[in-house]
Amino acid sequence: MSKIYQAFANKKAFIPFITCGDPNLETTKACVRAMAANGASLIELGIPFSDPTAEGSVIQGANIRALSNGITTDDVFTMVEELRADVTIPMVFMTYANVIFSYGPEAFMARCKAVGIDGVILPDLPYEEREEFLDVCSANDVDLISMIAPTSENRIAMIAREAKGFIYLVSSLGVTGTRSEITTDLGAIVKVIRENTDTPIGIGFGISTPEQAKKMAGLADAAIVGSAIIKLLEKHGKDAAKPIGAYVKTMADAVKE
Amino acid sequence: MTNKNGRFGIHGGQYIPETLMNAVIELEEAYNYYKNDPDFNRELEELLNEYGGRPSRLYYAEKMTKDLGGAKIYLKREDLNHTGAHKINNVLGQALLAKKMGKTRLIAETGAGQHGVATATAAALMGMECVVYMGEEDTKRQALNVYRMRLLGSQVIPVTTGTATLKDAVSEAMREWTSRMDDTHYCLGSVMGPHPFPTIVRDFQAVISKEIKAQMLEKEGRLPDAVIACVGGGSNAIGTFYNFIEDEEVALIGCEAAGRGIDTFETAATVNTGSIGIFHGMKSYFCQDKYGQIAPVYSISAGLDYPGIGPEHAHLHDIGRAQYVPVTDDEAVEAFEYLARTEGIIPAIESAHAVAHAMKLAPTMDKDKIIVITISGRGDKDCAAIARYRGEDIHE
Repeated sequence: MSKIYQAFANKKAFIPFITCGDPNLETTKACVRAMAANGASLIELGIPFSDPTAEGSVIQGANIRALSNGITTDDVFTMVEELRADVTIPMVFMTYANVIFSYGPEAFMARCKAVGIDGVILPDLPYEEREEFLDVCSANDVDLISMIAPTSENRIAMIAREAKGFIYLVSSLGVTGTRSEITTDLGAIVKVIRENTDTPIGIGFGISTPEQAKKMAGLADAAIVGSAIIKLLEKHGKDAAKPIGAYVKTMADAVKE
Repeated sequence: MTNKNGRFGIHGGQYIPETLMNAVIELEEAYNYYKNDPDFNRELEELLNEYGGRPSRLYYAEKMTKDLGGAKIYLKREDLNHTGAHKINNVLGQALLAKKMGKTRLIAETGAGQHGVATATAAALMGMECVVYMGEEDTKRQALNVYRMRLLGSQVIPVTTGTATLKDAVSEAMREWTSRMDDTHYCLGSVMGPHPFPTIVRDFQAVISKEIKAQMLEKEGRLPDAVIACVGGGSNAIGTFYNFIEDEEVALIGCEAAGRGIDTFETAATVNTGSIGIFHGMKSYFCQDKYGQIAPVYSISAGLDYPGIGPEHAHLHDIGRAQYVPVTDDEAVEAFEYLARTEGIIPAIESAHAVAHAMKLAPTMDKDKIIVITISGRGDKDCAAIARYRGEDIHE
């Protein structure tokens, strides 16, 4: 059974995201440890990509800062290997199809397995293109996470039935970034997903406050937060681990209440 | 249930966020319906002819032919179309399709500004709202086209992310489309992006080779030996090639922007220097590093300054049906000046890349051979930049 299920076992989950190497990998490591220590159920690690088309300006900025520091996919693998000495909660990569394709899908997934990465989220790999990586993912026990969007409508059941690990439910139209209000009828989408699978559901895009996180995790199984954390990184730079740990605690506590 | 549609060999596909999937499926269904609808086709043909100025001329460049001393050279004059480039062919088709689909707003990316101007023009004609994304760097290089778009009632949004050029404008237009699909059609300007765009844009541009074929048969009673076009994403090139793909005796030659040379990093010659990757919704060739980070490409031509190439071109390259040759800034500028001086035609700097290769090729061919060069656009927009390239301080 997927290790990712641990994150959801009989409880609501909080899933923070961080872009690796922004501003450097030492900071990323400190932040990941702080997240794990403060109640994160699963961590999404972003491998930087030059042209992240699903990201809003905040996470785009993190990608560019990491790449301008010369961070490579190999550096990220090495970092995860070091983190796995003490971080035991599930961790997944969030990146773009070209990062895996250019590394060589077999080599990439084999290293994921070796260093202890449990899944990959690829916002530019819809259901129709999943065969690009599906077999190599399965062969290496890496869950290829499915995404469902407010516009998925007649596609929800088809995607849900084959979902592995957890389902990433996109809360709103548009790209990543904080929003003051989420207006999608997520309850209706969750209902259709539940009719088709037991795979847990995390809701992401636009969530930044404990109130939003509590509401989203209440509707589904988890709240996912990225941009709000990157904003803390932007503000505190190399000293971000402490404020990010405190933020994750507030969010995780709100979700688990 | 893998979607095998939209593949050209291994290239193409639909590598886009789930949020956009139903929008591209809806587009494909609408296109498949309207492309066989006689009313739609009649309306489009009337627009292309009465408004766009088609068919465009196939002009025998006699002075150039005699000067180069080899193959007979014809110019396919897409520069004479309304708005001054081939881009209008695709835009009138997509805008009409969008209107039939009930969309009221067009968004577009633009590099040199020709596609942006064409989209703004169609939006004005059809009473649609229009927003054009343009790299900030390009808004400076092509200030006149920015003004033209605003004059036509469009909003131009300068894109400051990444290299602030065409690829970033595409990324930003895709992001915008993700946030607003119900009333908005993304009028993609080249044979790239996710399926069905490479097919739709190719079909709307195929009028170029359809006309060349008929005009050539009328003038010469036979097909040309080679057709030559510049390639960025590759829309005028695929338009020039398409109806000749089955005619194996016709050489298909695409001219890539080599910038300062394919042995430098300042190049945009995707087939000559790139490798296979997945970006902007498609699998194709891209300029990238070994970790798949998209390279900051360079060319004097804002319209060819793109790190990828359309998937059908990638396939034509793979199977050896078309040839993709690099042309440097220097060669393109010389060809720009040569065509102006020799034939009294100022080509777009993009099209000058095709002229430059023909200048190398024609003298190596016998006098009974025939070359067609597609002049994809006119060069008024480039005069100030070329003058500056030659050290003259001219500003628009």
